[in-house]
Amino acid sequence: MKFTVTTREGEARDVEARDGLSLMQNIRNSGIEELHAICGGSLSCATCHVYVERVPAGVALPEKSRDERDLLEASDFLEDNSRLSCQLTCRPELDGLRVTIAPED
Amino acid sequence: MSATNAATRYDALIIGAGHAGAQAAISLRQVGFAGTIGLIGDEPVAPYERPALSKEYLAGDKSFDQLLIRPDEFWTENSVELVSGERAVGVDPSAKTVTFESGAIVGYGSLVWATGGVPRRIPVPGGDLEGVLAIRSKADCDRLIEALPSIRNVVVIGGGFIGLESAAVLRARGATVTVVEALDRVLARVTAEPVSRFFENEHRAHGVELLLGVGIDSIEGDDASVTGVRLSDGRVLPADRVIVGIGIVPAIEPLIAAGAEVTPHATGVLIDELCRTSLADVYCVGDCSVLRNGPGMRIESRQNAHELATTAAKAITGITDPLVLVPWFWSHQYDLRLQTIGLNVGYDQTVLRGTPEERSFSLIYLKEGEVIALDCINATKDYVQGRRLVERRARVEPNVLADTDTALKDIAAAH
Repeated sequence: MKFTVTTREGEARDVEARDGLSLMQNIRNSGIEELHAICGGSLSCATCHVYVERVPAGVALPEKSRDERDLLEASDFLEDNSRLSCQLTCRPELDGLRVTIAPED
Repeated sequence: MSATNAATRYDALIIGAGHAGAQAAISLRQVGFAGTIGLIGDEPVAPYERPALSKEYLAGDKSFDQLLIRPDEFWTENSVELVSGERAVGVDPSAKTVTFESGAIVGYGSLVWATGGVPRRIPVPGGDLEGVLAIRSKADCDRLIEALPSIRNVVVIGGGFIGLESAAVLRARGATVTVVEALDRVLARVTAEPVSRFFENEHRAHGVELLLGVGIDSIEGDDASVTGVRLSDGRVLPADRVIVGIGIVPAIEPLIAAGAEVTPHATGVLIDELCRTSLADVYCVGDCSVLRNGPGMRIESRQNAHELATTAAKAITGITDPLVLVPWFWSHQYDLRLQTIGLNVGYDQTVLRGTPEERSFSLIYLKEGEVIALDCINATKDYVQGRRLVERRARVEPNVLADTDTALKDIAAAH
């Protein structure tokens, strides 16, 4: 799948993702280092916060777990479309996903 | 890098390719460091997420590929020369070179020492028998995973995080597991009694046998492998594999020999707020470092590795951004998520928030009336909201902290 990520500086980049890895890993692996992801995807920080701007038609993202909600609620930049990118797994149906990296808390 | 090429030199040479070393290289490029970078580790594989070894990797929930800190091509694309399987044995701070076990000598402009530690071995007869394992590296874990189908009895020595996480996974994978802890409760080094007792109950409920306040006399075996563990009370536990999780010994001998200042008992290399050691152009980050004017102990966590590495990378690049560390930790056991914020060192009071029977509660640590740390069990909200109390060392009445009807963020806002 391919997705588009917009950095904090407003630069939009197309990324060819590896399926099976998380969105967080795919963003980081593409060389965008502003997504710190300090806990490495263990649901213990909120440093991989993104806004989901577009989901492909007919596809639903998995619901947020309670832990993901609690972590996101601590952000000063929480929006309705906030997600922790470590909790989204890249798969072919998500081709065309668009996300923006949230400001740093 | 090769033994014959004595001219190898990196502007930034990073020794140790664990999380701290890898992050130092990543951060150097991120902050615009333009020089050459060498990242040299003694393991045969690229940098990976170590915390997952005793959790998702051992459980089979994550492949090694998913643990890689960066894909292989990342390092070449970012002009980081990653060298695997080379162990540093000496540092010459005046010549600014590092010597390796292979005989190779590599020069540096700045040196980042990020070697972490090696698992502490148990000093009893039989402690080095085949089948006595640590869980610190992929290789350790692979040896255990490979044996899993054919083993029944596992004895875990040490009731710390590594021991308990491994016990939880092995239990779920069908092994008979006994945890032997020399102290009278598990997690004694890191948490207070209510949290220890809670985890003990959980492990027992999952069928783990816990033996507390018991020492190890010897590990018994035949020619091939370990067969049992003899306890200080004379009992012998049958064991097909023994996991030893009793902490690490920091891998800092070469720096000590080079004259770097270390803590009184050589528990770590002393660093300042920019991660500088007492040796010119030598930095130390991650598990093997101890911050001067800090809590006086090693902080062995992914966050610590990450933040120190970033600080050192900036300092090397001429950016002064001193460390302000509020440590946090996590552990997963069964369906339990323990998240800790702050260090409880020197606490004189604890407050229980919530009820352990509901399997969701927090233990709040105070020192002289100020909040210094929280252990949150299946209570991510407290963990997230309690951070502010720790950062501010808020002075809050215990009965206020214990009131689960009031969110910690509201308490923080009022203090």
